[in-house]
Order: sequence, then C-alpha cells, then structure tokens
Amino acid sequence: MARVVVEVMPKPEILDPQGKAVARALPRLGFTGISEVRQGKRFEIEVDGEATAEVLADVRRAAETLLSNPVIEDVVRVAPIEDLA
Amino acid sequence: MAAGTLASARIGVVTFPGSLDDRDAARAVRLSGAEPVALWHADTDLRGVDAVVLPGGFSYGDYLRCGAIARFAPVMTEVVDAARAGLPVLGICNGFQILCEAHLLPGALIRNDHRTFVCRDQELRVESTATAWTGDFAANEVVTIPLKNGEGGYVADARTLDALEGEGRVVFRYVGRNPNGSHRDIAGIANEAGNVVGLMPHPEHAVEAGFGPDGARGPRTGVDGLRFFTSVLHSLVAAR
Repeated sequence: MARVVVEVMPKPEILDPQGKAVARALPRLGFTGISEVRQGKRFEIEVDGEATAEVLADVRRAAETLLSNPVIEDVVRVAPIEDLA
Repeated sequence: MAAGTLASARIGVVTFPGSLDDRDAARAVRLSGAEPVALWHADTDLRGVDAVVLPGGFSYGDYLRCGAIARFAPVMTEVVDAARAGLPVLGICNGFQILCEAHLLPGALIRNDHRTFVCRDQELRVESTATAWTGDFAANEVVTIPLKNGEGGYVADARTLDALEGEGRVVFRYVGRNPNGSHRDIAGIANEAGNVVGLMPHPEHAVEAGFGPDGARGPRTGVDGLRFFTSVLHSLVAAR
C-alpha cells in the first residue's frame, strides 16, 4: 500500500475569493507581511501496491479528469507521500 | 413526441442526490403544458423524453467542485450523447455547473467574487432568441428571473469569451449590477447548435402568478420564466 499526494491550485489568472478572504483575516490576527493567499486542494490517495511510474500516471489522469477542472485549476503536484520532505 | 400537440411533449427532469429544484422544474414543465418525466441520476436511459432539464440544488453536496461528481452520474452519459445529437437540454444553476463540468458548455462557475450567497430577483437581457429554450422571448428583452447561488461566477479565458460573443452564444446577460463577478456579465450561454442552454438564474421560480418575482402588474406577478418552457415546446413542434 502506498500513498500518493495530489495538489490542485486555482489557475493564477482565476480569482480565488477564499484565498482573498483568508488574506484579509490574517492581519486582524497580527500576521502582517503576508501579501497574498491562494487556497488549493490536497488529496491523499491510497493505492494498491507500490507507487510505480504507471500508478502515478494513472493518478495523474484521475487528477486531470475528476480531481481538477482544467478550465480553472492546475494539478501542481502528483507525488508518492514518502518523497514529500 | 406523439400526436403532435404540445401537451404530448415529455420533458425529463433529472434528480441527483442533493437536487433541490427538481419539483419546481417539473411543476414549471406542467404549467407550460407538457408532461414532466422524473429521471434519476442512476438511470441509464432517458425514457424517450423530448427534452431534459438539469435542475438547481447541490448535487452530491457540491463536493469537490459544483457539478463535478454529478457529471459522472450514469444518467449523464445518456444526457451528453443525446445533447450532442440535438436533444434540447436546459441546465439551471447547479445544472449549468454540471453542463460546464461535462464540457457540453465551455467555461466554469466559481465562487461569487463577493464571497457571499446571493438571493434576489435579477434582471437579465435576452441576447439570443436562436436557442431551443429562448425562442418565445424578444431579442434584447429584459426579463426578471430569481437568482440564488454561492458559486455563480462565470469564468472562461478571453479566447472562449470572444468566441461565445462572436457566435451569438451569450444567451443572457445580467442587467444593472453583476451579482457574482461573472466575466462580461454573462448569466447564461448556449452550445454551438443552440439546443443546450445553461444559466445561473432560476426560470422555474417565475412561472406562476403569486409565487414568482415582483412584476409589472404587481408583487409576485412575474412569470417570465414560463417562456423557457413554452419556447422548447414550440421548438419541438417546429422540429417535427
């Protein structure tokens, strides 16, 4: 059993109202010096067996068909979890 | 469609888990003179309907993205094939989101730019009467249709927006103020053939005096939404 992480972010040119709301709340809590927040999604996917190149390619296909909408989002990372330092 | 009368038209209304306005849509179909046919998300055939409405609501809890999971419901395979073959399909609010996720319509709907849910009687300009769902309107007519959504911001890249405008596929635009940050004030669009239309406002909530938005004849008299449904009946008769 291996775990694969998929990260999806709104495209840079797409408005991210959630990120903006978070960015506006931070200074009220004393967190200054933060100029922008963009909020994305992280999926942790458990696969049977090893996270081989083939499995990762499958996960990437899943990421591009269901987990993200290419009109508004980019898949920014597909990686086995042990590779994430 | 049998016999050739409007009353013999059968219009399917799909219910997904989390659909909310399926009953209102079915009622609007009935008030327009057609027979509503309940379709279920797990159905694998469309029961021979003459048109399909994808209603508003929060299919599958809006999990992942609005419409993203509904798009892969079994019934949608049939809807997509039939739509590509010319079956009239109307997507209202969540239904519009599903049509975009299914790539029957270009672009996507994102969270309102002001981040709050909006619920209001919304003025729209009818910019295309050349679709299966808008033939009973007058070009550039301003109509009032209730709008209620949290993720109604229509977005697409500039090339797609230019193409939509150039091909006359922007069907409705918001009048007055833009309620959700939609690019170019777009409230609804059509596919190239004009049989598939999606919009964020809810025509099924403006079909009977006493229950709709305020209209010219007094409070709650607005019935502009009814013409979506009579339009498709007329287009079905014309197509026979």
